[in-house]
Amino acid sequence: METNKDIFEEKPKSSLAKVLEILSTMASKPSGFIGLAILIFHVVLAVTSPWFAPYDYKSINSSLMLQPPSLEFWFGTDSLGRDVFTRTILGGRTALTVTFFGSIIALLWGGLLGIFCGLVGGRIDDIVMRIVDAFLSIPWILAMLLIVSLLGTSIEVLIPALGFFYGKGIVRVARAATHDVIAKDFIVSAKARGHSNLSIIWNEILPNVRDAILVEGAMRWSWMLLGFSSLSFLGFGVSPPTPDWGLMISNARGLMSFAWWAVISPIVGLSTLIIGINLTADAFAKALGIDRSTKAPV
Amino acid sequence: MKNHIQIIKNLSIGFKSQKGKQISILRNISTNIKKGETVGIVGESGSGKSTLALAMMGYIKNGLFTTSGECLFKSSNLLNMNSRELEKVRGRKIAMIPQNAGQALTPNLKIGYQIEEALRLHTNLSKTEIEEKISELLNKVRLPSPKIMALRYPHELSGGQQQRVAVAMALAGNPELLLLDEPTTGLDVTTQAHVLELLKDIAKDTGTSMVYVSHDLGAIAQVCDRVIVMYAGEIVLEGPVRKILKEPIHPYTYGLLKSIPKLSLSGLPDSMPGSQPQPGHVGDGCTFYDRCDFSDNKCKVNVPQLEYIPEIDTSVRCFHHSELISQKNEKKTNTQSNKEIKIDEILKLKEVSISYAKQGILDQFLNKVTDSNPTVKDINININKGETIALVGESGSGKSTILKSIAGLLKTKDGNITFNKENILSDDLKERSSEDLRSIQLIFQNPDESLNPNHTVEQILSQPLKLYFGLTGSKLKSSIVELLNKVRLGAFYMSRYPRQLSGGEKQRIAVARAFAAKPDIILCDEVTSALDVSVQAAVLDLLQKLKEESGTTYIFVSHDLAVVKAISDRVAVLYQGRLCEIGPSKNVYQFPSHPYTEVLIGAVLEPDPDIKPKLVAEDIVEEKPPEIGCCFQGRCPRIVGDKCKNETPPWQIGENGNAIRCHIDIKDLKAQQAL
Repeated sequence: METNKDIFEEKPKSSLAKVLEILSTMASKPSGFIGLAILIFHVVLAVTSPWFAPYDYKSINSSLMLQPPSLEFWFGTDSLGRDVFTRTILGGRTALTVTFFGSIIALLWGGLLGIFCGLVGGRIDDIVMRIVDAFLSIPWILAMLLIVSLLGTSIEVLIPALGFFYGKGIVRVARAATHDVIAKDFIVSAKARGHSNLSIIWNEILPNVRDAILVEGAMRWSWMLLGFSSLSFLGFGVSPPTPDWGLMISNARGLMSFAWWAVISPIVGLSTLIIGINLTADAFAKALGIDRSTKAPV
Repeated sequence: MKNHIQIIKNLSIGFKSQKGKQISILRNISTNIKKGETVGIVGESGSGKSTLALAMMGYIKNGLFTTSGECLFKSSNLLNMNSRELEKVRGRKIAMIPQNAGQALTPNLKIGYQIEEALRLHTNLSKTEIEEKISELLNKVRLPSPKIMALRYPHELSGGQQQRVAVAMALAGNPELLLLDEPTTGLDVTTQAHVLELLKDIAKDTGTSMVYVSHDLGAIAQVCDRVIVMYAGEIVLEGPVRKILKEPIHPYTYGLLKSIPKLSLSGLPDSMPGSQPQPGHVGDGCTFYDRCDFSDNKCKVNVPQLEYIPEIDTSVRCFHHSELISQKNEKKTNTQSNKEIKIDEILKLKEVSISYAKQGILDQFLNKVTDSNPTVKDINININKGETIALVGESGSGKSTILKSIAGLLKTKDGNITFNKENILSDDLKERSSEDLRSIQLIFQNPDESLNPNHTVEQILSQPLKLYFGLTGSKLKSSIVELLNKVRLGAFYMSRYPRQLSGGEKQRIAVARAFAAKPDIILCDEVTSALDVSVQAAVLDLLQKLKEESGTTYIFVSHDLAVVKAISDRVAVLYQGRLCEIGPSKNVYQFPSHPYTEVLIGAVLEPDPDIKPKLVAEDIVEEKPPEIGCCFQGRCPRIVGDKCKNETPPWQIGENGNAIRCHIDIKDLKAQQAL
């Protein structure tokens, strides 16, 4: 009676059909549609921009310093005379790549560790969770700065480091979601049959907590994007002259009062991407039937 | 019309599905409630009975809307009122008693304060008058020492006491109509009988009209004057309680009554085929068409109207009711397969004790449990191959705990469990061999929880087959089909998810999963208590047939004594984790010898207004078993003094083969009970 879906007409679907159905549910609400549109726009832009960027992103021209927006330079030029439009459309590439793979790493280790802790419980769970709590209490930016200054700012360092730091929160969510299912009789039944822990995690728990973890991962993605841009802003992310929004904001912020165009476009780029991911993640959660307003830990 | 307190005219309530289809939950309900009358609304889950009760106080759940009709309370339509006007009616004129009082009471407010709140809202009493009134109300619902009770928090009360407080709160505004939504469903048998007794007295004293919603015909029979039977959102039968329960003239009610296990009948009850149509899946014609024995083509196409028959003051929605009148109660009973169980022990519980106490650090180090008063103590049961042994008792009697430890899910403190005469089962699941695990399977109470919602039926059933027999490919598929056939389901169920199945179908899948392991013993933990009565009978029937086919042993845990009587060969009665009585079920039921068995069986409600429960003992709830003496000393109606308090009673064996644990001689007990 609670559900007003016509459940009896439902047929089992292939996974592709399920994905398409979720996407269409997400796009059926305005917020989800806008979020998806922004996200897709950014991804397409990041993939294709090298082919249609009008100028070379690193060509410096002292005669064209701080030109206001014009027909020639749509978004103006920066303090080194580089075209801001070119740099803006290219500026999301590194951030998107690093944070996308970082999120996947965060999802994998955070999700699996969380489920494991939730299932085993007891002493192991206590110890692991206290370690996670301890890490949560360290300001992430300090820890990141430490890692980056010790190991360098290459992508190979940044992806696992970000993945590790943003996975801690996922451990908690995955553990909580596991606790919701662990008391259910189908888990007890699997235990009583004598299945191994691995088989219980894979067959019984994962299908039931997958949605919650995915949604959390999507939210972590937008947080990580902000974190990565902050690192760049502080000079520890992408190294110049590679275009990056965080770096661009950092370089142009001193000139904000008379050359606003150099700072406004990377800001718009970064904030729209984050808003897009957030809206998409919310719509995704709703399409999967997870209420983030009550479940969200952050 | 003057003495009608509520009139419902042609009420229909429905909702819009995601595809925009309009789906009805209630269709054309017309009825009325007279002053001072107690009306029972019965029906299985999904029949719309709760929706109707809520509409009677002008409440329509979110997402639902009225499509037609009105709900008149003293000639004003509740469904048109705004929230201001409704506030004046609710609580003062119409009050509601919820199903689960434990959840309906605010956990962090004292009982007295919560009643005071209701009084301040609905009456104009002064502060001192309110205080007096609180005591008066608590007295009225027969709570001991009301002054102290008022200072307690809800969690400090037992389930039955919480329900009494809910009744007191509902009475605070002196309502003219009381709506009770399954008020005794979650309570123990003895408590339920007491609460019903109380409600009946309140109705008599105050003259309040009551609407009693329940699926339990036994409870309805005790309190109601008139009964409305609902099926698939319609009223199918309405009339005086005796007429409805003794000579039902609608085939659904007839079948429903037949499918209820009763203490007075032996053997399994008749089952009804099929299940109730889901909202939105009601076809043309009679809603009961598919399941009816009397249906013909007329029923398939035409919708029968509610027809009033003045001679018996009954309204019925059936074309064939006259055939049913003539059929009358020809008593047909299934005779229980009375084959003698050979003494061939398969499982032996020897001095089993189980404790939930937390281990101290030293105990953890020494790996032992020190608890002088464990939850379950001294359980000795020998179980023979092929028999069905039932463990009965109220909540907290340790029956599920014993099951869990047989399954290896809980460690025992003392004693051991021997399987097949020589194989002592380890109390650690991880140390049991795969063969031992396969031999003992569990079926759980609630199939919604015991089936993984993200697995198809095929995946669910393949788990044990893969694990124990390593089946793959076409062999696996054919085994699954075979299992589905075994539980009377078609092969097309393989691709369905649990949410696409009805309650009975889900439980059949759970049964199939247990049988997939080809076990020797199946532990059934309240397997039918989450099911509707008509479905319950079918599941019991299935379990019985499967047992006959495969010779499996069942250990059957239930709080429902009538169900236990129908299915079991032997019964073990437990109180507070201690065994009170054990013996062949027909003897235990015929001569309840142990005082607790007597109390328990006396409190069972039969769906017959002329059979009253015998309330022998108080419904006190004990939190912990006493450390020394008889476990039942706190409530025993036949207590003989200090002996009961200080000495553990000895086992005595009666002439009929049932063993009891009591200080009073078994012959004397029988003589006392016969009085």
